[in-house]
Amino acid sequence: MDHLDKLEAQSVYILREAYREFKSLCMLWSIGKDSTVMLWLARKAFFGHVPIPLVHIDTHFKIPEMIDYRDRIALEWNLNMIYGENREALDGKLTFPDGNTDRLTCCKYLKSEALKHTLSGEWPRYRMDHELQRYVVDEGKEPYTGVIVGVRADEEGSRSKERYFSPRDKDNVWDVGDQPPEFWNQFKTDFAPGTHVRVHPLLDWTELNIWEYIEREKIPVVSLYFNQGEGTRYRSLGCYPCTNPVNSESRTVPEILEELKSGRLSNIAERSGRAQDSEDGGLETLRRDGYM
Amino acid sequence: MNSGRAQMNIVIVGHVDHGKSTVIGRLLADTGTLPQGKLEAIRESCRRNSKPFEYAFLLDALKDEQAQGITIDLARCFFKTAARDYIIIDAPGHIEFLKNMITGASRAESALLVIDADEGIKENSKRHGQMVSMLGVKQVTVLANKMDLVDFSEDIFEKLKADYTAFLAQINVTPVSFIPVSAREGDNIASVSERMAWYKGATVLEQLDQFTSDKELHEKPFRFPVQDIYKFTRSNDDRRIVAGTVAAGSVKVGDEVLFLPSGKQSAIQSVESFNTLPKHVASAGEASGFTLSTQIYVRPGELMVKPSEPQPEVGSRFRVNLFWVGRAPMIRQKEYKLKLGSARATVKLAEICNTLDASDLTYSKSKQQIDCRDVGECILETSRPIAFDTTSASETTGRFVIVDNYEIAGGGVVVENLSAGESLLQQHIRDRENNWETGLVQLEQRAEANRHRAKFIVFTGAPGTGKRAVAKALEQGLFQNGMHAYYLGVANIDRGLDADVGSQSDSSGERLRRIGELSRILTDAGLIFITTIDDADDYDIETLKLLNEPNDILVVNLGENGFSRYQPDLQLQTFENLGDAVVQVAALLKAREIIIDYQI
Repeated sequence: MDHLDKLEAQSVYILREAYREFKSLCMLWSIGKDSTVMLWLARKAFFGHVPIPLVHIDTHFKIPEMIDYRDRIALEWNLNMIYGENREALDGKLTFPDGNTDRLTCCKYLKSEALKHTLSGEWPRYRMDHELQRYVVDEGKEPYTGVIVGVRADEEGSRSKERYFSPRDKDNVWDVGDQPPEFWNQFKTDFAPGTHVRVHPLLDWTELNIWEYIEREKIPVVSLYFNQGEGTRYRSLGCYPCTNPVNSESRTVPEILEELKSGRLSNIAERSGRAQDSEDGGLETLRRDGYM
Repeated sequence: MNSGRAQMNIVIVGHVDHGKSTVIGRLLADTGTLPQGKLEAIRESCRRNSKPFEYAFLLDALKDEQAQGITIDLARCFFKTAARDYIIIDAPGHIEFLKNMITGASRAESALLVIDADEGIKENSKRHGQMVSMLGVKQVTVLANKMDLVDFSEDIFEKLKADYTAFLAQINVTPVSFIPVSAREGDNIASVSERMAWYKGATVLEQLDQFTSDKELHEKPFRFPVQDIYKFTRSNDDRRIVAGTVAAGSVKVGDEVLFLPSGKQSAIQSVESFNTLPKHVASAGEASGFTLSTQIYVRPGELMVKPSEPQPEVGSRFRVNLFWVGRAPMIRQKEYKLKLGSARATVKLAEICNTLDASDLTYSKSKQQIDCRDVGECILETSRPIAFDTTSASETTGRFVIVDNYEIAGGGVVVENLSAGESLLQQHIRDRENNWETGLVQLEQRAEANRHRAKFIVFTGAPGTGKRAVAKALEQGLFQNGMHAYYLGVANIDRGLDADVGSQSDSSGERLRRIGELSRILTDAGLIFITTIDDADDYDIETLKLLNEPNDILVVNLGENGFSRYQPDLQLQTFENLGDAVVQVAALLKAREIIIDYQI
């Protein structure tokens, strides 16, 4: 087994463990490369099927290609696709692009709050109806007790402190200082009523591993990751008002691999194009509050 | 990490301030792993602040950068030698971080244990030595650090070596080697120390490269903990796949396989995978899946092995070495949840043989509980048998964790199968029956007056097979024939008798015990006592049978038979016609001379 085989086997084990132990389980799909690799790993784990609902938090400020890609893959791979949103904030225009909040508050409303209430089932969930080929209001209101998230330890400081199975309390709060032990391949799969567990199958993967795997498995990813002739490409995807591309000539996956190995991007953080990270507190504050 | 290069996880442990960070800083510096100018910058900063330069500062500076000012609790650093890439897991030396130390060390293949030669063996030198060994880290090298503070004395090194070797021998650990080093000065880290010419062994880097990475799992007997059984019917997929990760050995299409503890047998029909070339073999480390040549009912948690190879143990009572990190102590009488491989079982602490209190390093044979940070040898008993290996065989199938109040609170390794002895349940029933107080009315007199005998009737089968409807119809039929029958809905117990047990997943053993105790009382009262249990297996019935003693049990199964060896007294179809079902049960009761006659 090479290093990708080992990473794949560990992620598959974690996904199967989560599927076995959590009756009400979902997988967050941000449409980015990491969670798309995770979705592919689910197809590996379940032999071509994806028996877990995919949840996307739609801020309605996503780059349009992302939503086209989401719905095309959902239909093609027969996914149980669900999205949630913060209707109140959107209707009230309480957003950064509308000029009514700062970036972090906008993230809090459109992502953290929408995520929290979509997971708990308090706000409507919209499910892709494969016959109608459009979204309908989902009947299911059961809270999800297991939430699979595609974070990687190498992305950013706070994410390197995660366990594979990480408990969150009722208010989605993460107690970083006192985490349960995790040894061998036995994880925290028991949880008290009212709490939920975040599951992180990609914790040991690096940005390079992700692209190596996309290349090996020929996984389709959004075209925004590639230079379309402008001399720029996105390295991390988000909402268009707050996400900037990096200067890069890479037009294909092998060219991205070449670029990463060359070290040209080694002094630039992967999420540096994500403007909310550089505001006061940044991602750590958002994550304590329930952000992915 | 580069593709294709060998990689090894190492953990560096030891007492606080014995020099772990300095060793790491030195390894990074001497292997040329540091970013350019980093070392000079730290030296310069030390000079400005009139502090002596220490390699530990370097590590702190690197961590800070990596963490953006947040203290990392399980940091990783990377360095490489000509032989391979290393990932150092820095395990905190402070006792408060024992949970993090364990989490880190359990992922390591080898360990460096650092002891301050000047200060000598301390609390965590011993505790970590024992933890690392129990966590299955096979290769441990001890670094006698700060040799510069003891004038590079061979005598002091030899004394420390002798003392620590003696301690390790008590816990059956043999270290790979002892190396005298001065991490601060660089002696014997990457280069041979001229100041310790008396030492002829390897430097730390040479020793690391000599550690073997391959655990030779492929050559061991095949072990496949069944993680789950999948049948995804979407898109007309009719495969029934036994899924899991191969823990040891390998298996190929056509091989005979045996499931334990159920004892069921079949053969591998196919090796399943998604988006790969067709596979015919699965080996250690692979997350795989199989279809079987025959349709057998297998549950998650069983261990799939090859009947042609050395077999694992099967049992419910075993001697273990265990460490405890739970908030509450581990006590007898309480039910915990045990997770071993893919098996889950209710477990109780049966006996404490020996404990080591690492705070004063004393062994005790008289402790009544296992406290946080204790390491103990004890006897555990599960409510039903599980398959496992003792430490010498496969690791995955010999290690377990214990869950208390939703948290992993302890872990350990199985040392010996003790299943031949009398179980806690058998002891309990012997004790109960010896002290059972009877009234003046004999069971036989009741039977004569009632015109039927007492019986405990259990309906089982998968959920949604119509068990309750049949059970209620039977109660009604018997009642209309003048008999004393009583149907108990198990949900009533959940809200009543079991209200104190709660909905915890590790309480199934206690629930079953209460149903069994209830049956003992109600059959003693002369009743035909009827209830239902979802998906009972051999051991559930065995337990109920024991608890109901000296009275009798009758088992009716509806739908697919989930038992492995146990033969139910009667087999019915799913949603069998109620009248027919009742007639069949009544006919059986008559044949067994429980009732005399039954009129429709």
